[in-house]
Amino acid sequence: MKSAPWWLSGPAALLFTGLLLVPLALTAVLSFNVYDPATGARAGEFTLAHYAMVFGDPYYHGIFWRTFRISALVALICVLVGAPEAYVLSRMRNPWRSAMLLVVLAPLLVSVVVRAFGWSMLLGPEGLVNAALGALGLGPFKLLYTETAVVIALVHVMLPFMVIPVWTSLQKLDPGIADAALSLNASPFTTLRRIVLPQVMPGILSGSLIVFGLAASSFAVPGLLGGRRLKMVATVVYDEYLHELNWPLGAAVALTLLAANLAVMLGWNRLVEGRYRRALG
Amino acid sequence: MSFLQLTGVTKFYGDSCAVADLSLSVEKGEFVSLLGPSGCGKTTTLQMVAGFEPVTRGRIELDGRDITHAKANTRGLGIVFQTYALFPHMTVSANVAFGLEMRRMPRAERLERVRDALALVHLEAHAGKYPRELSGGQRQRVALARALVIEPPVLLLDEPLSNLDAQLREEMQFELRRIQRQVGTTTVMVTHDQGEAMSISDRVVVMEQGRATQVDRPQRVYDHPRTRFISTFVGKANLLEARVNGEGAVQVGPLRVVVDDTGHRPGAAVLLSVRPEKLQFVPPGSGRLDGEVAERFFLGSQWLYRVDTAVGALSVLCPNDGRAALEAGQRAGIDWPVHGSRLLPADIPAESAA
Repeated sequence: MKSAPWWLSGPAALLFTGLLLVPLALTAVLSFNVYDPATGARAGEFTLAHYAMVFGDPYYHGIFWRTFRISALVALICVLVGAPEAYVLSRMRNPWRSAMLLVVLAPLLVSVVVRAFGWSMLLGPEGLVNAALGALGLGPFKLLYTETAVVIALVHVMLPFMVIPVWTSLQKLDPGIADAALSLNASPFTTLRRIVLPQVMPGILSGSLIVFGLAASSFAVPGLLGGRRLKMVATVVYDEYLHELNWPLGAAVALTLLAANLAVMLGWNRLVEGRYRRALG
Repeated sequence: MSFLQLTGVTKFYGDSCAVADLSLSVEKGEFVSLLGPSGCGKTTTLQMVAGFEPVTRGRIELDGRDITHAKANTRGLGIVFQTYALFPHMTVSANVAFGLEMRRMPRAERLERVRDALALVHLEAHAGKYPRELSGGQRQRVALARALVIEPPVLLLDEPLSNLDAQLREEMQFELRRIQRQVGTTTVMVTHDQGEAMSISDRVVVMEQGRATQVDRPQRVYDHPRTRFISTFVGKANLLEARVNGEGAVQVGPLRVVVDDTGHRPGAAVLLSVRPEKLQFVPPGSGRLDGEVAERFFLGSQWLYRVDTAVGALSVLCPNDGRAALEAGQRAGIDWPVHGSRLLPADIPAESAA
């Protein structure tokens, strides 16, 4: 039965090809097509003009820069919030641990669109946050349709993707190791910093990789909380396709995002692998 | 006043008692083993000495200082964990140096001490490796070097050899003893392996259900076990129900046996304990009793026989000294020297034996 592996992986391969590779290839071809404002994309005629525009126009530079800046900030905040959260979670006992894990994962059970609308209600000029600040004699602040709103909502969405890998690497830790450090006169804080943290670093780094990648390509949150003016790359792609009807330019922007995202993630991964492979395997 | 003193140490987990009223004095430089089956409280005792488990009741003193409630990171004890608990992200020398670094020792002195510690455990060549690149025995040595380099007043070993294979374990036993003698550190080891406890300890503490039932030199524990449990947990024993029959003799079924163990009331129910290696074969009719060989097992250096006799089945251990072994079904006499047998109180539960 030499052909068995092929048959078994057939359905998945078919699905993968049909739903990912073919559309991706078509998008790649589309991004090189000539665009005519009157008739749309012209099949069979090719140009590099769209890429020249994406790489040459400061408008696009700004949007890419903003996207990666927001994504990096979201990843950083997720590390600062999610890693301690995972540590606390790992020190909890059941049934508290199961309950808290559910709380951490709960955001994944609600549609991202619903959550984005929830945040827009909380952050709006008449929302709960401004009402609370008003009661303290502060504000009102403009929160909705700012980068702040996008970052807050993205952190909320992405946090589980940070907590889970960190939690997994904490689970792998030998509980005796912290005791060993204590027995060698290390303070609890030093133990955390010198012994626990370096060992969960691979988890933190892979979590930040996932968060960064998902944030950089996120669409619903910046679309709903960034408004018409504050654009990220995914919302620009949407605009090019559905408002400007310039499909080739949209395709070029989308592929540039894909390539940039891939480059950042592969570079990051290589950096991490090189540092931790020998010691932690 | 002894160096490490446990007085009435008790540990409760909720309602269940893990360690009950344990008192123990360890002299400076002594090697003491806590021996017992799993769940007997030996590891809990070690954890309390180390400061990882709070003490419910009682007192622990080290060199006259009360450390019962001291934090683990202020006790300064050297500990070797069952899993070794090496820091996987640090090299061997960084692992060993960690404790010295925490004591803010100057770098030059630190390097020298680390070098000496690695030399002590014969690991000079592996200083730059990571723990996962080492074998089990080497990791064990790193853990030992890490615990000893801080020159602790007491070294605690938690089942240090249980993760090694049989041959390496034997080798490490003697290595451990050599290092302990050389450094002279007071050592407390937890183990469930009676051979390990016997071969390297100065004294053995046998624990049963949270209590220390016998604290003695290894040979005393083996030859003069205080309870039925100890006589079977520490080595093997033939246990025969008997009744004291006048001065210096007991009646085992049809057999009257002279013993040199006194102090039991005439008529009292006792257990006669004879170690299999104390029994010897003699020509039929010339020993204390006769029997028929039921089974035999070849153990390499020894033969183990199961012999059916008038008082029940007996195990007999004979050295494989080149003489022809007995066949199954063969009749033989069995004899033992008077000092080879022991009397134990009959079936007293472990709780009241202490």
